[in-house]
Amino acid sequence: MRTLTYAAAIREAFAQLLEADPRVFVIGQGLWSPWYVGQSMTGLDVEFGRERILDSPVAENATTGAAVGAALAGMRPIVVHPRMDFMLLAVDPIVNQAANWSYMFAGKVPAPVVIRGIINRGGEQAAQHSQALQAMFMHVPGLKIVMPSTPYDAKGLLIAAVNDGNPVLYIDDRWLYEAAGPVPEEMYQVPIGSGVVRRPGTDLTVVASSYVAAQAVEAARTLEARGFDPEVIDLRSIKPWDRELVFASIRKTSRLLVVDGAWKTCGVAAEIAAAAAEHVFEHLSAPVARLTLPDAPAPMSRPLERAYYIHAPRIVEAVEHLMASRRPQRALVLS
Amino acid sequence: MTNHRLELLRDLYSRMVTIRLAEERLADLVTAGEVGCPCHLYIGQEAIAAGVCAALETDDTVWGGHRSHGHYLAKGGDLGAMFAEIFGKVLGCAEGRGGSMHLLATDVGILGTVPIVAATIPLATGAALASKLRRDGRVAIAFFGDGAMEEGHCHESMNLAALYALPIVFVCENNFYASHMALTGRRAADNLVTAADAHAMPGEVVDGNDAVAVYDAAVRAVARARAGVGPTLLECRTFRWRGHVGPSWDMDVGVKRRDELQQWLDRDPIRLLRRVMESAGVAGAAFDEVDERVRAEIRAAEAFARSAPCPPADELDTHVYATGAR
Repeated sequence: MRTLTYAAAIREAFAQLLEADPRVFVIGQGLWSPWYVGQSMTGLDVEFGRERILDSPVAENATTGAAVGAALAGMRPIVVHPRMDFMLLAVDPIVNQAANWSYMFAGKVPAPVVIRGIINRGGEQAAQHSQALQAMFMHVPGLKIVMPSTPYDAKGLLIAAVNDGNPVLYIDDRWLYEAAGPVPEEMYQVPIGSGVVRRPGTDLTVVASSYVAAQAVEAARTLEARGFDPEVIDLRSIKPWDRELVFASIRKTSRLLVVDGAWKTCGVAAEIAAAAAEHVFEHLSAPVARLTLPDAPAPMSRPLERAYYIHAPRIVEAVEHLMASRRPQRALVLS
Repeated sequence: MTNHRLELLRDLYSRMVTIRLAEERLADLVTAGEVGCPCHLYIGQEAIAAGVCAALETDDTVWGGHRSHGHYLAKGGDLGAMFAEIFGKVLGCAEGRGGSMHLLATDVGILGTVPIVAATIPLATGAALASKLRRDGRVAIAFFGDGAMEEGHCHESMNLAALYALPIVFVCENNFYASHMALTGRRAADNLVTAADAHAMPGEVVDGNDAVAVYDAAVRAVARARAGVGPTLLECRTFRWRGHVGPSWDMDVGVKRRDELQQWLDRDPIRLLRRVMESAGVAGAAFDEVDERVRAEIRAAEAFARSAPCPPADELDTHVYATGAR
């Protein structure tokens, strides 16, 4: 199969969606720039016209609200936030409006809007140019959230998001833009809510999404060389997330490590750990482990950044630590 | 006066009386404890909704906020569905998921009114953007109060609309109070309409208690929007008679409001319109006829609402996600 980078796969999804459906348009800052959103939208304005690819004023709230309003009026807008940090200025149209609209109006007026929030961090950018805020939105009923880690999923999930008919937060990570992988040329969808086992194994279950899922796959290679056999699950969607896939894996491995490239408190990892404790507690032979960012803003200086972010070696360490831990004997329930 | 013009006045009168009498009934129901959900009454401002909506086509969209019974009824929303919604019944326009602050009438261009102040201004802008992209000729109306003009996204939206020459009319209903706070306590100057200059669109100050003046201004603004020239800001100056929420007369928020209220009661928009119609030769019996018809409609709407069932508890989590979008 043909190989594309993650950024090129996103661009191809945009192009095919714009080609296939006249209701699709894109609004956001930097969309006519050759570099603002990496190579993920290059030349779309030339190909589809600047009426459908709107490089907007610096107005996150109104542009997102306008995208929501256009969706209510029957369009299929995609609003792009080149940095998720700035997307916080648009929380009202996302949380109060788009997420609630279906419920508030008994399903009679859907809000089929895609909100693309890009995680853009590292490179000494510090606290306001680095945030991964998926957990804040995961809390909200009515939203769906996807976080692709491969070029294949980057394309298939964007197409699925636009066709879903509900507000979908599409979160991509600039650290993945150069990653290459097989991508079919035709339009296809990756089902929202469906995870995938990236590496089958029997020792423990590693659950992750987006950049840290790719890093978990890399970590698994090192771990394998050290005699471990981890199962790596890429959630792909964090709302809804594939509970059955995760629970089935835990029943097999009896250990769970959740990795999330964001803060720990009330985070994605917290939710998955809690769900595991609620539903498959009797299958766990060790305490659930979480590997997340510390509860601190993103730093600037290089050594601090190195200590802050999660790459494959940290996942290797966390797996080895978890493999060495055991559930206290008195709590064991024999099934 | 031409027959055509006289027909317009009758139409405006009917829309305004519908709003007034429906809300007076709702006020009684709230006072009696039969309606529990918060009702923000529009009484005193009827000329604005009626005047603007009379200038619209059925397909044109209207966006409102927490105080939108008037917008809903003036645009042609079903009275029974509104009463049932306010009673929390399954036959309500939002099937009892929303109440007074969440009105819906998709058949007449109301895709949802919601109470976050100014939140529907960007949504209306988006509906106008959709119309521009589709070239469907529809106009979007953003109704909002003076308080909403203090929100940043109101101005972000005006900039977007002007920049893209969107088919939208911004209708600011300046009733001089945001909840309990007077305009002069919230702004350095009583100059709302000047926002139009800042965003390079025409702005017009309109007597919001004169339904005909509102209608004429709306016709000009809607024509501009439909022709693709761009948005207009109308500042319609009026007064809300009742409290921010509920049927009280809000006399506790300051002596000033008490004095102001009396002046505005003397400028009752329905009485003003009636005077114009009487001087054009409309007989008293004609008004009585409309009032009686509207009263009967309200009685029917209330009976419909009362007889409808509440949504069953096992449907608590239906509609969190939409299933019908294609």
